[in-house]
Amino acid sequence: MADKSDLVLDVRNLKTVFFTNSGLFKAVDDLSFTVKRGETLAIVGESGCGKSVTALSLMRLVPDPPGRIVGGSVSLEGTDLLALDETEMRAVRGNRISMIFQEPMTSLNPVMRIGDQIVEAVRLHRDVSAKEAQNIAVEMLRLVRIPEPARRTREYPHQLSGGMRQRAMIAMALACRPALLIADEPTTALDVTIQAQILALILDLQKELGTGLVLITHDLGVVAQTAQRVIVMYAGRKVEEASVEALFASPKHPYTRGLMASIPAVPAPGIAAPARLNEIPGTVPSLVRLPRGCAFAPRCKLAIKRCEAEYPPLEDCGGGHLAACWRAEEVAEVA
Amino acid sequence: MTGALLEVTDLKKYYPVRAGVLRRQVGTVHSVDGVSFSLQAGETLGLVGESGCGKSTVARSVLRLVEPTSGQIRLDGEDITHLSKSALRPHRRSMQIVFQDPFASLNPRMTAGDIVGEPLAVHGLASGKELEARVAQLFEQVGLRPDQMRNFPHQFSGGQRQRICIARALALGPRLIVCDEPVSALDVSIQAQVINLLVDLQRQHGFSYLFIAHDLAVVAHISHRVAVMYLGRIVEIAGKDELFRNPRHPYTQALLASVPIANPLAKKLAPLVDGDVPSPVNPPPGCAFHTRCRFAMERCQIERPALLDAGDGHQVACLLNEGTGRSNATA
Repeated sequence: MADKSDLVLDVRNLKTVFFTNSGLFKAVDDLSFTVKRGETLAIVGESGCGKSVTALSLMRLVPDPPGRIVGGSVSLEGTDLLALDETEMRAVRGNRISMIFQEPMTSLNPVMRIGDQIVEAVRLHRDVSAKEAQNIAVEMLRLVRIPEPARRTREYPHQLSGGMRQRAMIAMALACRPALLIADEPTTALDVTIQAQILALILDLQKELGTGLVLITHDLGVVAQTAQRVIVMYAGRKVEEASVEALFASPKHPYTRGLMASIPAVPAPGIAAPARLNEIPGTVPSLVRLPRGCAFAPRCKLAIKRCEAEYPPLEDCGGGHLAACWRAEEVAEVA
Repeated sequence: MTGALLEVTDLKKYYPVRAGVLRRQVGTVHSVDGVSFSLQAGETLGLVGESGCGKSTVARSVLRLVEPTSGQIRLDGEDITHLSKSALRPHRRSMQIVFQDPFASLNPRMTAGDIVGEPLAVHGLASGKELEARVAQLFEQVGLRPDQMRNFPHQFSGGQRQRICIARALALGPRLIVCDEPVSALDVSIQAQVINLLVDLQRQHGFSYLFIAHDLAVVAHISHRVAVMYLGRIVEIAGKDELFRNPRHPYTQALLASVPIANPLAKKLAPLVDGDVPSPVNPPPGCAFHTRCRFAMERCQIERPALLDAGDGHQVACLLNEGTGRSNATA
């Protein structure tokens, strides 16, 4: 396996909470993971599982109040981001670590030309002249395969299509060649043919630049086609982690297993369409009133007394395949 | 069989684009540009396409929620295209709709029970105790508890709200339910619950669905036949298995190749098309897809392909191979 110097990101016991009128809730609870140079780690889960708050925590962009990172460490290339003050953090953000969001229209400045937005990011972090920064902007747009990049730098976000805007966002995020890129549902707002283009682009650029990538998504198809490793989150916690092959071949957590059986498949040679989708009964629990034991227990077919009483620790089921389930070993036989 | 339940012929819906101080018309959005299809009783027709292809406009036109520019809509053989509001009302009972966003389509000030009971009250079909009993029955049918009738929409989760919308659609015993992206706003684990519910209800009641979605896997799961739209036109329509196993239009093929498969060992994402969907304000002449098509010929820029029979109940609008499109076998 890779040695330590290969690690771009090392997150340990991250804990982010929100203080609300209805009480305190743990959006991210005791989350640890690593990302290597050039590696793609997918974080998958449903709404409210804490995947987006994880991304914001890494960027130190959790709105405070009501949110706060209350524990753990986020070490990027050996520097603990949580120990930096805001000025130091600003030098890192957009430079060594950057992020692309789901909705490019709300994250681009609508009254600023695309080129100027990239120039701003570049000049904030790199000591280059306005002219050079302008050249970098054109170069970045060419890199993300926007046709006529020189002309496009003079356009405003509303003049671009959704796919083009997302390309411009990617150009901006990668302009300073960050060590780590976080993509939070980067293609959810896009049509499927455009999604395929954008995902292919992100993976190409990542390979070219050696960037570590944290891809946050709810779409298991996107996970299967892009990631090397996967973390499954449920109610703020990591419930499973494995290589993408191991996860899809034999999911160990009943939640992961249920999720996989509940997605319809496009019929294709070799893939039989199920007559009926598997349902996971009930709904995602409210983070304010989490059960004492396993948060998935109330919806789990395999739940036993112990699941309701004690939260299962993450255990290695072999080959770095982690699962937090008291019955992980039996899942394959029982379900 | 006494003919189709719903028959749509050459449906068109254009929107004017106005600009300037005098709001003069400067262009036309060709939202739906000559769509024809039919739907049998008890059948589900899936309508897929990317944003802006006109699929939702087709759905709303069928219900006369938007007035079509031209074309004909026949429900049970009767032309409802030009019926007045009052003449249309009895037909409203047989066609209902479920929208995408269960947060926007429920009145937050009404209780769930009142929402589901309203269609019955409006049409004068039930009142008082009888209405309440009927609503309770509808709640049970969609998997809600009758004691939840007194709750307000905000007290329900997204999946439960969509169940309320479905109960409301069921209230009048419709023969056609138009579903416009009914599960797109729901979480994956909840999506399966709602899809299964829709399938079960159809089995019990035998009504038809016109099912609109952008998610090909969802459409593949629920539909009997599938129509693919691109820029206001149907480019391909076929039985589900036939369409997915042997797509003949280059656009359908590109669409299918773009879907990420939830299997890391399956073929990697292969974008078969570049660029974006052209604007429906000035759609390209000839075949609207020729600007992105890998197989476009000179003819495709001039001649607009008609939706022609390609055998096996398969219709394709493509000039390749004498109007039968491009079979996978020839790939």
